[in-house]
Amino acid sequence: MLIINCPHCGPREESEFACGGEAHIARPLAENSISDAEFADYLFLRDNPKGLFLERWRHSAGCRRWFNIARDTVSHEIIEVYPMGALPRKKDALATHAASWRRDTAAEKAAERAAQKPAQKPARQKAAAKKAPGKRGGK
Amino acid sequence: MASHQPDRGQRGLPGGKPKYSAFAIAKKAMNYHQDWQRAWRDAAPKDEYDVVIIGGGGHGLATAYYLAAVHGMANIAVIEKGWLGGGNTGRNTTIIRSNYLWDESAAIYEHALKLWEGMTQDLNYNVMFSQRGVLTIAHSEHELREMSRRVHAIRLNGIDSEILGPAEIKKFVPTINIDQSIRYPVMGGFLQKRGGTARHDAVAWGYARAADDLGVDIIQNCEVTALRRERSKITGIETTRGFIKTPRVGCVVAGHSSVIAAMADIRLPLASRPLQALVSEPIKPILDTVIMSNAVHMYISQSDKGEMVLGAGVDKYNSYAQRGSFPVPEHMLAAAVELFPVLSRLRMLRHWGGIVDTCPDASPIISKTDVEGLYFNCGWGTGGFKATPGSGHVFADLIANDRPNKIAAPYDLNRFRTGLLIDEHGAAGVAH
Repeated sequence: MLIINCPHCGPREESEFACGGEAHIARPLAENSISDAEFADYLFLRDNPKGLFLERWRHSAGCRRWFNIARDTVSHEIIEVYPMGALPRKKDALATHAASWRRDTAAEKAAERAAQKPAQKPARQKAAAKKAPGKRGGK
Repeated sequence: MASHQPDRGQRGLPGGKPKYSAFAIAKKAMNYHQDWQRAWRDAAPKDEYDVVIIGGGGHGLATAYYLAAVHGMANIAVIEKGWLGGGNTGRNTTIIRSNYLWDESAAIYEHALKLWEGMTQDLNYNVMFSQRGVLTIAHSEHELREMSRRVHAIRLNGIDSEILGPAEIKKFVPTINIDQSIRYPVMGGFLQKRGGTARHDAVAWGYARAADDLGVDIIQNCEVTALRRERSKITGIETTRGFIKTPRVGCVVAGHSSVIAAMADIRLPLASRPLQALVSEPIKPILDTVIMSNAVHMYISQSDKGEMVLGAGVDKYNSYAQRGSFPVPEHMLAAAVELFPVLSRLRMLRHWGGIVDTCPDASPIISKTDVEGLYFNCGWGTGGFKATPGSGHVFADLIANDRPNKIAAPYDLNRFRTGLLIDEHGAAGVAH
């Protein structure tokens, strides 16, 4: 039984929570221009590491709010709980985030650009998606 | 189907192993059973093999056996990081059935069931396959209607399946509670009479013995640490017992598939989750079939030793720890006690978890990869045991011929790109 420290309600038993799987997945914004393979990656591929894993959880029988957790899939130790939309602070968790192959996907880069320059959003996304068709980094 | 069954005659196995029989037991008794031959050699890894199978569970050993028996290959190794059948093969609830909704699933699970029916003879090893029937219960009108649709689909595929009403269920399973006042009352169910159970260890041991007899090297306590490639082609594997050269690697490692795939920079759409099961103290026979319930997440049967064997759905988060969390068995036992009040004061004896590799569409992956000579057989999730012989049979065919046969073809990794999923989530008959 995990004891999860909900950022809003404090420590509660895992049976109050729902696990939402891998965190930090950007939805491809330029859906019409990306390849089937890339959309399949977004839809079906989830990291399944043996070790540290960044995942989303929801306090479904409590405040019903989402948040992120950095948890070890072997020891089940939770090393950090952090809010949605933020990056983890712990060094190991941050390194896990940076090392993920998703950081290299066109979807993620397009989302980053969109966040930085909201005014030029549509044109930029298409360009970014075309530059890296189906690129899946080997990190 | 009969093509792989070699003519054993009365003497022994084709490779020369003496035959197991009642006569052999009587004969060996004269010598206090001291001169039984080892069922398989404790092989040391050779420098080179034609095929290496990673994973010495039921599926991996079956693959090696069929590679040798059907495809005539001789230079094969099975690499296992622990002991044979110590993973999910030894951790499941041994239920066997083929009553799946979709044609693709029906084909592979029925292929497996037919092989189960001849397995004890084929391997000359008693796998204690018991066709005691598998009864899946419906707890609502809607579920019952969906179930009858499924039964018709299953029968169209030539697989036995029948709907039972509550009274018929009570007659078939006298210990069950069909009182309509319980929270999830028994509204009906569907039965596959050819389904049942088998002895899980015997499956691993039987395949190991028969494969060893045909010259397959079974190498235990040998963990793969890296896959060696040259220009996206497999050239060998690094293990804790040294480098092994091989042009073909079949990976059948269930919960650790993602770990092996990462060694070749391949990503699989899998989530590794704990699946828990438990057994009670042994009691006199009270249940001579298998009962499953999709809605309350519980399945139960009684082993030949008299233990009640119970299982449930997977835990809700990823884990490689081979243990689950308590809310799952608590939920399972609550359902079991409501359906079988006779169990309420039974003590539980052992409880364990295995790591299953679940796929987004709850169907397995039997596939080539972008790396030439690297094949994956994974994603069986919660339902791998029943498929053991069929899985090994078609996977051996894929490795030997470098192309999937008709049964294996729909299970290609590419289906997640083309969208041709085999969505068995609701139809599989048990919670995934």
